[in-house]
Amino acid sequence: MYNYTKFDKDFVSHRVTQFRDQVKRRIDGSLTEEEFRPLRLMNGLYLLLHAYMLRVAIPYGTLSSSQMHTLADIADRFDKGYAHFTTRQNVQYHWPKLQDVPEILDALAKVEMHAVQTSGSCVRSITADHFAGAALDEDEDPRPTAEIVRQWSTDHPEFAFLPRKFKVAVIGSKDDRAVTNMHDIGITLVRDAEGNEGYKFTVGGGLGRTPFIGKLVREFLPREDLVPYLEAILQVYNQIGRRDNKYKARIKITMHEYGLEELSNRIEINFLQQKSVYSGADQAVIERIQNDFAEPTYKQASIASFEDAREADPLFRSFTDTNLHPHKDGDYTIVTVSLKAHGKTPGDASSEQMRALAKIAKKWSHDELRVSHEQNIILPHVHKGDLATVYEALRIVGLATANIGLISDIIACPGMDYCDLATARSINIAQGIAIRFDELKLEHDIGQIKLKISGCINACGHHHVGHIGILGVDKKGTEYYQITLGGSADENSALGKIVGPAFPYDDVTDAVETIVDV
Amino acid sequence: MKNISKTKIITANDLLSGEVVYLTQSGQWSLQHRDAIAFDDKSAGDTRLNEILKTDNSILGAYLADVGRSDEGQPIPVHFREIFRTIGPSNRFIGKQAA
Repeated sequence: MYNYTKFDKDFVSHRVTQFRDQVKRRIDGSLTEEEFRPLRLMNGLYLLLHAYMLRVAIPYGTLSSSQMHTLADIADRFDKGYAHFTTRQNVQYHWPKLQDVPEILDALAKVEMHAVQTSGSCVRSITADHFAGAALDEDEDPRPTAEIVRQWSTDHPEFAFLPRKFKVAVIGSKDDRAVTNMHDIGITLVRDAEGNEGYKFTVGGGLGRTPFIGKLVREFLPREDLVPYLEAILQVYNQIGRRDNKYKARIKITMHEYGLEELSNRIEINFLQQKSVYSGADQAVIERIQNDFAEPTYKQASIASFEDAREADPLFRSFTDTNLHPHKDGDYTIVTVSLKAHGKTPGDASSEQMRALAKIAKKWSHDELRVSHEQNIILPHVHKGDLATVYEALRIVGLATANIGLISDIIACPGMDYCDLATARSINIAQGIAIRFDELKLEHDIGQIKLKISGCINACGHHHVGHIGILGVDKKGTEYYQITLGGSADENSALGKIVGPAFPYDDVTDAVETIVDV
Repeated sequence: MKNISKTKIITANDLLSGEVVYLTQSGQWSLQHRDAIAFDDKSAGDTRLNEILKTDNSILGAYLADVGRSDEGQPIPVHFREIFRTIGPSNRFIGKQAA
């Protein structure tokens, strides 16, 4: 886990103090809503359909037990006893009161968390592979790089008012579990033919109303050039990205309008300028950051109980068939805890569940948790000998659903049940589909299917890259749902194709069942 | 129910709680849609909305919303978005429906 320095602590603390004063001035009328809105957005505070929403950053989806405990406490003390984990590895509270937000930020700061840059036209919270530092198939842990990018982009004075929001994802394996190709910048840790460490860069990916797959702008960038190269991309975008039309302001449109060759050339020219003046600041801190992400000390113990439990308990066997991923230490495993119990809201966890996860992680996962962009929670380092005990602890709080990667493991944005931008509901559609396939007892036979639902064209539910994608639309005051097929969010990125006319709300589950039958 | 599509109400969110509120005849804000004052004349609604946007610091995001009228003459929401705003999210019983 990254440990805050005094600089980090002072920065977050100062931001809380600053925002407390801004809230006070908004409430007493010294600030108008027009003046206050950009300030609250800079601190992750939105206004949604029924209430405010506070989006808390979980950089690269990594959480400690104490941080998860605090998230649970906030849910109870300031919200309605639950929180919503998002497709950007963050967490949202959907019912905070304005005057409580400084207190919430204060509580977060005590456990080295914040809500900075979870909104606004800036570089947003950095995402990464949720199996980082644990997966057997990983070439290198992407989190130190993600942390460098976070530090570089946080409160960067030049990039505080970009044409639009800007999202960066980092991975260190050939399997892309962070949807890097659909990010403004996708960074992959690679080695060249001589074994030198570097990065592969894609630029211009994005979902939303105009989806594009990111294009390769650099096959290999030496590690020490990370920051000047990022500066170059952002400077070019800041200069030529469109500001006349917010729907055409993302860098994916810049890439589309200028073309790969022209944009790459501009980036490379700018990069040479950046490189010539760059101080190398990240190289001075990289070793400390890498040490923060050192591998835990794995225990040596028998794993016999794992096979015994699989033999004895078919439910445990089912769970271990679907919810595990190979760990780099053969006696350990990565456990994905599903927040998709059939009929429940995808990504929601109650405060009781969050506390249980914190305790389980503390005791059996080296004090670490991850949030996946697929809205599940990861226990990254569980010894197989402890797995039956972990399973039982999860089962008690309703977190032992064996459906990872199956059709009920649905990504769904909050949709019109909460979101001010939504044009239709998405949660209820997800619930209906999950219940249907649970009742049919078919999903384990069907196998891996990625179903993703968005409640509007902004595509927070990643519907474009679902094997089955569902987009909610408003057709003359009625909820309709457009289905796409053939999308992919992994390293073989693909955008789904629309199939047929949209379905009314009541027909969507039947339509999905028909598609799966075919 | 007779549907008068040109009838509007003024709705917003409460500054402190963020809750959905409706402008009433007395100029106060109510949590209940049924208390909303309806404007059959759109220009009157626009004028009132502009006044509120300039002067009322107790709410944010005020706008005019279409309504119909019940047989008893009460304004009722016509778009599903506004219906959800009157009751809360449909996946959890924790919004206005729980009050």
